[in-house]
Amino acid sequence: MTENVEIIKGASLGRDAWKRLLRNKLAVFGMIVLGLMIVAVIIGPAIIAWTTGYTYDSIPEQKELVKAMGPSFRHLMGTDDAGRDILARVLQGGRISLMVGIISTTVSLIIGVSYGATAGYLGGRIDNLMMRIVDIFYSIPYILIVIVLLSVFGGPSTPDWIKWLSATLGGAGNQGLSQIFLLFFALGLVSWLTMARVVRGQILSLKNQEFVMAAKATGVSTFAIIFRHLVPNALGPVIVYATLTVPSVMLTEAFLSYLGLGVQAPFASWGSLAADGVKNIAIFPWQLLFPGLTMALTLFSLNFLGDGLRDALDPQTRKF
Amino acid sequence: MFSFILRRLLMIIPMALVVVTLTWGLVRIAPGNFYSGEKKLPAGVEATIRKKYGLDQPWYTQYGMMMSNIVRGDFGDSLKYQGQSVNEIIRRHLPYSATIGILGYLLALTLGLTAGTIAALRQNSWFDYGSMSLAMFGLSVPNFVLGPILVLIFSFWLYLLPSARLGGPLSLILPVVTLAAIYTAYIARLTRAGMLEVMRSDYIRTARAKGLDERSVLLRHAIRGGIIPVVSFTGPALAALLAGTVVVEKVFAIPGLGNIFIQSVLNRDEPLILGIVAFLSILIMVFNLIVDISYGFLDPRIRYE
Repeated sequence: MTENVEIIKGASLGRDAWKRLLRNKLAVFGMIVLGLMIVAVIIGPAIIAWTTGYTYDSIPEQKELVKAMGPSFRHLMGTDDAGRDILARVLQGGRISLMVGIISTTVSLIIGVSYGATAGYLGGRIDNLMMRIVDIFYSIPYILIVIVLLSVFGGPSTPDWIKWLSATLGGAGNQGLSQIFLLFFALGLVSWLTMARVVRGQILSLKNQEFVMAAKATGVSTFAIIFRHLVPNALGPVIVYATLTVPSVMLTEAFLSYLGLGVQAPFASWGSLAADGVKNIAIFPWQLLFPGLTMALTLFSLNFLGDGLRDALDPQTRKF
Repeated sequence: MFSFILRRLLMIIPMALVVVTLTWGLVRIAPGNFYSGEKKLPAGVEATIRKKYGLDQPWYTQYGMMMSNIVRGDFGDSLKYQGQSVNEIIRRHLPYSATIGILGYLLALTLGLTAGTIAALRQNSWFDYGSMSLAMFGLSVPNFVLGPILVLIFSFWLYLLPSARLGGPLSLILPVVTLAAIYTAYIARLTRAGMLEVMRSDYIRTARAKGLDERSVLLRHAIRGGIIPVVSFTGPALAALLAGTVVVEKVFAIPGLGNIFIQSVLNRDEPLILGIVAFLSILIMVFNLIVDISYGFLDPRIRYE
C-alpha cells in the first residue's frame, strides 16, 4: 500500500519564481545572450590571439597607407585608426564593461542595502536625517563626485587594495588598470541612492511584523535583526533593482568615457570604443556600429532579464 | 496644504546651502586648483590674483565670505571667463539647454503617454509588443551613439536636417529627438504599467457601472491614476535630463549650460561650479515640490497636512 502513496512536494518560493522566469521567453532570451556574452569575453580574446595573433593592443608593424580597414575575413569587425583589430578590442572591452556592471553594482548594493535598512529599521529622527542626506546627495551632480574621487585617489595615492584587486582580476597590475578599478568603485559610490530608498521602503513595511518582535523578545541584537532577519526578507525587490542597476552603471561608464573621463587607451570598454567610433562615423561607420551594437544587445538582455525577474519574484506588483 | 507648501519652500534655501557647502568641500578636497593648469603663472602674478579673489585668506574666512555673498545671490566672477559674473554666464547659456530640455521632455511625454496608454488598452496586441520592444531598445542605446547615427542618416545621407548648431526650428529636431528617446521609452513603460493597474481597480468598475462611456472612463478617471508613476519619475528625470543634455550639447555643438558645467568642473572654476550646482539643486527641489503637490490633484486619497 505504502508504495502507492505519492509524496507531494511543496513548491518553494525560489522554485516557483524560477518556473515563472523560465516561462518568460524574453527573459530566457536575455539569460542566454548574457551567458554567451560572458563566455565570449572570458575565452574570446585568447581564441582571437591564438587563431589570428591579434590582441586588443597589437598595432601592425608595417606602416600601411590606410590603417582603418573595413570588416573582412581577417578582421571580422574591421580595424580602428591605429590598425588594431576591433573584434579583439570589443571582446577585451567587454571584460571591462561587464566588470563595471558587476563591481559597481555590488558596491552600490552593499552601501545602499545597509544604509536603507538601518534608516528604515531605526526610524524616527535618525531615519529622517539619513533620508535628507540622501536627498542632498541626489542634488549634487554625480559627475563632480566621480571626478573628485578619481583625482583624490588616483595616481600614486591609489589604495593598495584596489591595486591588489586589479592585479588579481585583471592579470597585469599596471597603473592604467588600477585606475579603471578605481572608476568602478567611484561609480558604485554614486549609484546607491535609489537602492537605499527601495530597501528602506521594504524594511518599513516589514519591521512591525511578528517575527521581528519575536527576535527582539529573544534578545537578538539590533544589528542581527537588520541583517539576519529583515534584509533576507527584502531580497526580492533588491535583486530586481540590482539587475536594473547593472545597465544603468554601464551607460554611466560609457557616458564618462565619451567625455574622456572613463576608460582610456590602450584599454577599452564598449563605451570608450563607441565614443572613439563616433568621431569617424561618416567615414568608418563600422567603428561605431560593432561596439555600439554589442553594448546595446547586452543592455537589451539585461533589461529583459530584470523585467522577467521582477515578474517572477514579485507576482503582486508585476507588470501584467 | 498651504502650510505644507510653505514648509517645503522654506526648506529649499537651507538645503541648497548644504549642497553648496558639500560641493565646495569636494572641490577643495581634490588635489590641485584652477592655477595648477598647464600654463604656469609667475609667482608674483599668481599671488596678486589670489589676493584679488581672497584666496590668500585661511579657508574658514574664504568660506564665510563666499557664503555671505551667496546668500545675497552673488556667486562672484568666473575664474576662467575673466570679468563675467557667474549669474551672467548662467543667464546666457541656460536658454539653449532649457529649450531642448523642455521640448524634449514634452515630446517624450506626448509620445510616451500615447504609446503607453494604447499598449495598456490593447494588451498583448502587436502594438503592445512592438512599442514595448522599441521602448526597451530606446533604453539600451546610449544617446551619444543615437545622436551621431541620426545625423548620419538625416544630414549626411538624406540632406534633410542640419547636423549641428542651433539656428531656426529645423535645427532643433535632431537634438530634441535624441534627447527625448530614452525618456519616451521610460514614460511609455511607466504609463503602460500604471494604466494596467488602474484599469483593474474598483473605481474604474464603479465608473463603468454608473453608465459612463469608455471615453470618459478613460480620460476623466483612468488617466489621472495611471500617470502617477510618470509624475513621480519627472522629478529625477529632470535631474538626469541635465546629464542627458551634456551629451546632446556636445554632439550637436550647442552652447548650453550642461557643457559649461562639465568645462567648469574640468577647469576647477570654483565660483562657476558652485553657482551652477546651487542653481540646479534649487531647480530640482522646486520640481520635486511641484510633483508632490500634483499628487494631491491626481489622487484624491493623497493628502498633506
